Amino acid sequence: MNRRTVRLRTTSADSTRDAAAALAELARPGDLLLLVGDLGSGKTAFCQGFGRGLGVDEQITSPTFALVQSYTGRLDLNHLDVYRLQQVGEAHDLGLSELLDDGGVTLIEWGDTITAVLPADFLEVHLQAAGDPEHRSIDLVAVGPTWSARVRSVRTALDPWLDEAAAGPEDGAGSC
Amino acid sequence: MNDHAATGAAVDDSTVVLGIETSCDETAVACVRGGREVLSSVVSSQVDLHARYGGVVPEIASRAHNELIIPVLARAMLEAGLDGEDVDAVAATTGPGLIGALLVGVSAAKALALAWDVPFVSVNHLEAHLYAGFLEDPDLQFPMVVLLVSGGHTLLVHVTDHGRYRLLGQTLDDAAGEAFDKVARFLGLGYPGGPAIDSVAMSGDPEAIRFPRSMIDDGLDLSFSGLKTAVVNHVRANPQVATEDVAASFQQAVVDVLVAKARRAAESTGAVALALGGGVAANSLLREQFLGACAEDGLHAFLPSRELCTDNAAMIASTGWYRLRRDGATPLDCGADPNERLAPSS
Repeated sequence: MNRRTVRLRTTSADSTRDAAAALAELARPGDLLLLVGDLGSGKTAFCQGFGRGLGVDEQITSPTFALVQSYTGRLDLNHLDVYRLQQVGEAHDLGLSELLDDGGVTLIEWGDTITAVLPADFLEVHLQAAGDPEHRSIDLVAVGPTWSARVRSVRTALDPWLDEAAAGPEDGAGSC
Repeated sequence: MNDHAATGAAVDDSTVVLGIETSCDETAVACVRGGREVLSSVVSSQVDLHARYGGVVPEIASRAHNELIIPVLARAMLEAGLDGEDVDAVAATTGPGLIGALLVGVSAAKALALAWDVPFVSVNHLEAHLYAGFLEDPDLQFPMVVLLVSGGHTLLVHVTDHGRYRLLGQTLDDAAGEAFDKVARFLGLGYPGGPAIDSVAMSGDPEAIRFPRSMIDDGLDLSFSGLKTAVVNHVRANPQVATEDVAASFQQAVVDVLVAKARRAAESTGAVALALGGGVAANSLLREQFLGACAEDGLHAFLPSRELCTDNAAMIASTGWYRLRRDGATPLDCGADPNERLAPSS
């Protein structure tokens, strides 16, 4: 665990939503988050909570079918799911660069599969089952300058969900 | 949206509408007279193309629509025995769907409307599914509740008249068909997941595993994400479990929820009919239990034929006829909207 990683533990889908909502308080225009995790690990729940934190009123549903769904909030939310894409080139068809430039926040489920066509500046959110079927271990990994500079505030904002057992001694240093 | 009501005057039982549907998997063109009489309905299924990818790939979808639209159109005209001058209006799905795919159909429809000098009519894909019943069931009456279940949508809609409807409930996370697709892929059963699970479930025990029936007693919204997760958790914890039993138990859980919600929606609105629509309406267990529930509750049941379950253009042409009669033509500067919502009742 390095200082660009913040490890969380949530105990239900609702607690995953709450943590994501708290993270969304730190969001800025143009932010990019990639969600990584198996089927049923809570990617859509995370996006629902994040949207709530952005002030999106509309129900956020799985974008698997439509690939891209956009919502209006304090900041606009672009919610993508590239589960169905198998070739990186196909991501160009989604109009990614336009979405990233439109002043909203973009969340991409299964986003780790298309990093080749993304700017190297994002927060990677790894979700995985953790023992109890309801529990999730969530690693937030800052890649690039935008999120690396915010690791300390991420840690503060998400204090209730921090996985203490995983916190290493260097984590408190937070220098970038 | 427009007030070209003048064109509405000429809409009657002899009016032929050509409909085009390209919102997702299917390139489809149909000719329908008077809103109900299907003269031709051609669907060029792209499912084989997509099966290799385990889902709809937008780039492939729009390229394939581009290649298929002219041949499918030509065949629909030929089968209907029509020339361009026999077509009175052209309708196309403008949303929701994949933007690149939608634009192929919308552009073709506008070009035809211009060339033939007839009205263009925009049609909402979800509204069109509500109209599928009128193409096959002359006894279908208002007020009715439609349960629309597909890969992208799970909706309960109260329909009180043509163009008058209200959304009663919808999925809060995954669509029912999406749950079928994802569970089938997880179980290694292939794509599309609905038919794969339907057939494997035939030899499984639907009571073998008690999967959760999320929100079954709670309002008219639905949720299938928790069920999907429960299937994944169960198989991981019990790797030796029979795939047939997982498929059958999963399918039973989905159908129990869908049927319970549809019954409650009909009861709470005082509907006289319940109609099924969308791709998941082809599921054999859902059809059986839906019919049984309607018989018990004294409701007129409508089950679409397999052709009308999946995306098709006959329902687009039919809806286009009703929309043209009510609202007139749609201006040609109307675009496609991938997130188009089901418009609230007027």
